[in-house]
Amino acid sequence: MSGPAEPKKYKNPVLNWIEFRLPIISYFEREYGDYPMPKNCNYFWSFGALATIILVVMIVSGIFLAMNYTPHTDMAFDSVERIMRDVNYGWLLRYIHSNGAAFFFIVIYIHILRGMYYGSYKYPRELNWILGVFIYLLMMATSFLGYTLPWGQMSYWGATVITNLFSAIPIIGEGLKTWLLGDYTVGNATLNRFFALHYVLPFVIFGVVALHVAAVHVHGSNNPAGIDIKSKGDTVTFFPYMLFKDALAVCAFGVLISAVIFFGPNLMAEVDNYIPADPLVTPAHIVPNWYLAPFYAILRAVPDKLGGVLLMFGAIAILFFLPWLDRSKVRSCNYRPMYKWFMMLFFVNFFILGYVGLKPAEGLYLLIARLGLIYYFGFFLIITPFINWIEKPKTLPASISDIYLGMNK
Amino acid sequence: MAEVKNNKRRSFLQLSTISLGAVGTAAFIWPFLKSMNPAEDTLALGSTEVNIADIEEGQGITVKWRGKPVFIRKRTQQEITEAKTVNLEDLKDPAIDDDRVKKDEWLVLVGICTHLGCVPLGQKITDMKGEYNGWYCPCHGSHYDSSGRIRKGPAPTNLAVPPYKFINDTTIKIG
Repeated sequence: MSGPAEPKKYKNPVLNWIEFRLPIISYFEREYGDYPMPKNCNYFWSFGALATIILVVMIVSGIFLAMNYTPHTDMAFDSVERIMRDVNYGWLLRYIHSNGAAFFFIVIYIHILRGMYYGSYKYPRELNWILGVFIYLLMMATSFLGYTLPWGQMSYWGATVITNLFSAIPIIGEGLKTWLLGDYTVGNATLNRFFALHYVLPFVIFGVVALHVAAVHVHGSNNPAGIDIKSKGDTVTFFPYMLFKDALAVCAFGVLISAVIFFGPNLMAEVDNYIPADPLVTPAHIVPNWYLAPFYAILRAVPDKLGGVLLMFGAIAILFFLPWLDRSKVRSCNYRPMYKWFMMLFFVNFFILGYVGLKPAEGLYLLIARLGLIYYFGFFLIITPFINWIEKPKTLPASISDIYLGMNK
Repeated sequence: MAEVKNNKRRSFLQLSTISLGAVGTAAFIWPFLKSMNPAEDTLALGSTEVNIADIEEGQGITVKWRGKPVFIRKRTQQEITEAKTVNLEDLKDPAIDDDRVKKDEWLVLVGICTHLGCVPLGQKITDMKGEYNGWYCPCHGSHYDSSGRIRKGPAPTNLAVPPYKFINDTTIKIG
């Protein structure tokens, strides 16, 4: 009791007691209360918050599903059916989890495209972008592992096809594949380890998300104009302005995802996955989840096993280098009259790749996939690095506040 | 904030937003908690039919019901008399034998000590039956009598009687 008087920052003595020992109260005040957000941020800036909330919902619903799931080849399918029929609200948990995964990717894709369009990956936020691509990679791995667990036909053959990608690697390929599977084919050992990894990876994602958020708070959020904050007048505080804006976005998103969960829970599911896994029969056409389909299209567009695998992984890996491939100093595409349209075409192209990825790899679909593949890499390797030789960016506003001054004239 | 004139309106909005949020959160949490209760297929296993034709007088059998042991004992005349004539004031958890059986010779009990959940001894001929000729829990020394009532030791209440009925003279349905 004889120590020096503790500082009295807050009215509440409990808060003071905690703050003196662990300054977490002032941390939250600084990062989620007074934190300055550019005042011109639009609703695209709410998708980071949306993604975080979905991640939490996915972890919670996943834990409750795991309480009723059995990771064994003889029992996995039946345990999932038991969740659907017998466990109280099991159908709701599973539909939240399966549709939550799809909506997680919808939200993440919008979040990524927002970052690309407004140049959020550029100096000084490059590391933030890299962490984001890591999260995306981890999400793809996690969703693939999770898709195996119901042990339906699509689960089994999806796992078989994806793990066979590794056998394309020369010399060590076959050994690596067997090591990953723990068996000569996808078997019980595979299911067990996939379940273990599917359970733990979301917590890894959560950790990287924490770094991702911490990193963006260092230099502050980007904004639609892509210019730096010049004065306090350019910003609003996170609380209450952005918090309530995000809350409204969450409500709208909640209505949308609930509509799908309750009225169309199998809209984004493959019918074949309600047939138990059969190692002797491959379904007539086997497709990945739609959110991985663009990369699947790239894989199939290449008439060479190793080449297809390399280009598919390359399509993801190239994202890491985007901050250095783009040589333009102007961040936002709103001020880049040419790159803006190439960027839009990139979005459309990605969507088309996804569409043909879900179709049989033949005829016109194959041709479209090849054109899409060429544009995908052309965009990153030719257009992005060299367009500033010919593009004249529009004049940037002097400050964020100036944008609004101009509008009132 | 100094300009806000209608404070009542503001606090009404605040309160209703918070309440609606709380109701929504509770509605969201409910299915999650409910999913941890026994599932439909588990509940469907809630009853067991037992054939008691082969049980001799003085003999007991143990069957499993909802994962728990159930003792079914065909009591001897001596055991019945002991159970009926005991002075209620000597009992820790007073209950008359008539309320604990449907037919005098048949005693049906959940075989779980009410202290900390061990299974008491007394079903086999060679088991210790405790000082009151019923059951004896080896974990912490609770003695039950021939009506399954606690007589001595740390257990707070009598052995529970499960819901059951006689379908006919030789079959009991538990649950």
